[in-house]
Amino acid sequence: MLKVTLRQTKPIALDVNLHCNNGDILALVGPSGAGKSTVLRCIAGLHSSKTGQISCADHKWFDSETKTNLKPQQRRIGMVFQHYALFPHLTVFDNIRLAFSKQQQKNLDKVDDLLARVHLTGLAQRYPHQLSGGQQQRVAIARALAREPDVLLLDEPFSAVDRVTRRKLYLELNSLRRSLDMPIVLVTHDLDEAAMLADTMAVIHHGKTLQQGTPEQLMYQPDNVAVAKQVDVRNLFEGQIIKLDDRYQLRWHDITLELGPKEAIDHTQNVAWIISPAKVILHQRVRPSRGEQENPVTGQIVEMLTLRGITTVLVAVAEANNLVIQMDVSQHVAERNSLEKGQQITMSIIASAIHIMKK
Amino acid sequence: MDWQAFEVSLKLALLTSVSLLPIGLALAYLLANSRFFGRELLEAAITLPLVLPPTVLGYFLLVGLDSNSFFGGLFVSLTGHSLAFSFTGLWFASIIYSLPFAVQPMLRSMESIAPEIREAAWCSGLSKWKTFFKIELPLAWPGIVTAMVLSFSHTLGEFGVVLMIGGNIAGETRTLSIAIYDSVLAFETAQAQSMSLILLGIALVSITLVFMFNRSRSRLVQL
Repeated sequence: MLKVTLRQTKPIALDVNLHCNNGDILALVGPSGAGKSTVLRCIAGLHSSKTGQISCADHKWFDSETKTNLKPQQRRIGMVFQHYALFPHLTVFDNIRLAFSKQQQKNLDKVDDLLARVHLTGLAQRYPHQLSGGQQQRVAIARALAREPDVLLLDEPFSAVDRVTRRKLYLELNSLRRSLDMPIVLVTHDLDEAAMLADTMAVIHHGKTLQQGTPEQLMYQPDNVAVAKQVDVRNLFEGQIIKLDDRYQLRWHDITLELGPKEAIDHTQNVAWIISPAKVILHQRVRPSRGEQENPVTGQIVEMLTLRGITTVLVAVAEANNLVIQMDVSQHVAERNSLEKGQQITMSIIASAIHIMKK
Repeated sequence: MDWQAFEVSLKLALLTSVSLLPIGLALAYLLANSRFFGRELLEAAITLPLVLPPTVLGYFLLVGLDSNSFFGGLFVSLTGHSLAFSFTGLWFASIIYSLPFAVQPMLRSMESIAPEIREAAWCSGLSKWKTFFKIELPLAWPGIVTAMVLSFSHTLGEFGVVLMIGGNIAGETRTLSIAIYDSVLAFETAQAQSMSLILLGIALVSITLVFMFNRSRSRLVQL
């Protein structure tokens, strides 16, 4: 297990608290310059924060109190750099063998094993410039694993390859990780990538970890508005909580929305709230459903966008000051209901999916 | 043809370029990898021989190497020999005036190595020394070869500083460039011409070889 606590104010402000279990992928997400790569460099020992602790597999790598700060060479890390940083004058074979420990140096079969694991058998004698971007990334992963590391660190490993290769590499990493019993830390600015690959995600903004949780927790139950904005929540609005006997309602301009029973509300003033576009349900003309009584809202379609079978419908709600709410429906539902721009429709905002946050 | 002068020139150029290998590497590594107060001043001081008139540089070296100076006096007390007007003095002066020709190409090639390459080596468990010998040195090799050839050719052809420091002692400090000058003054045109052609040939061949080496190398190593 990897545990990281970092604090400093200069030169880059850091206030980081992270943990990652063996076999899990932790994705560090956030905008460019948020400090994600700095955190990774701190774990690798390439950068030291003023105060904090880093421990991995029961080894203390960094502790500002006891003045422990192991060098990268002493840390048993496997690091994949953004542009792979392969040694250009060495063959694939030598790139990997160079990372072997003294005891492993004679075990040359291990290079072939590693190459087989990353699907690069037969390319051992090539030089890095003779490889495609995807192949270079696989060599970088094989080199990182050659040291039998206690943690695998991936710094935007997919940013330098084209989209088609990226998709292939996602699948490969996903199958490779099943055989790895170590924490894997992935730095990315691509939320979809993080949500697809990671077991847990940590949002970093201005050097501070805002929240760590499962992708679902971060996407649908962010701790606060800052996290919601960083994970690109699409339906983020403001409202007021109204207490009615022992239950609560949400006032959204002229609309009153019922809230789910599980929604813990400890703030009674102005709040921010979100609803996943998948939890805004269209009232179908051809097949009315029983759920239509739940928080019905009427609006006018202002835009429609279809991508890979999902149609995102943007609806301006007149009773909510013409604010636009997004709804995802499958393409065939949009076609069957003949949805089109300018049309007036009614939707249900599922009460249990409304998430309330402090403003 | 003054073969003795040719031998002195060749010996001086070889010794100087070989001496500049560790000195140049150490200075280039320091300048490429550290940020310290006075870094620019150090780089300027190393580059100075490129822009200073050889006579000016020669004058300061002559004063510095004189037995009455601190450094010259120290050398006399240690070895019993004077640095001024000796081959050793000339060797020392050659190291100084060829320094920029060695350091600059080495520095440029070390600076062209991406920092991540070095960090990747550390993260792969390589010590700083191992990283230097296995990664940085092979990658900076074209710059190192260029530095060696340039400092060799430059030392071979230097005139002003040699005249100021070494004088014109046959078999000791009389180099080929001084011999050419003497031949011209004595109207021995044929001798001056053959010696000049030798220097021209050596310079042209060595620099052509450097270009060929660097081109073939850059085809092999592409970042």
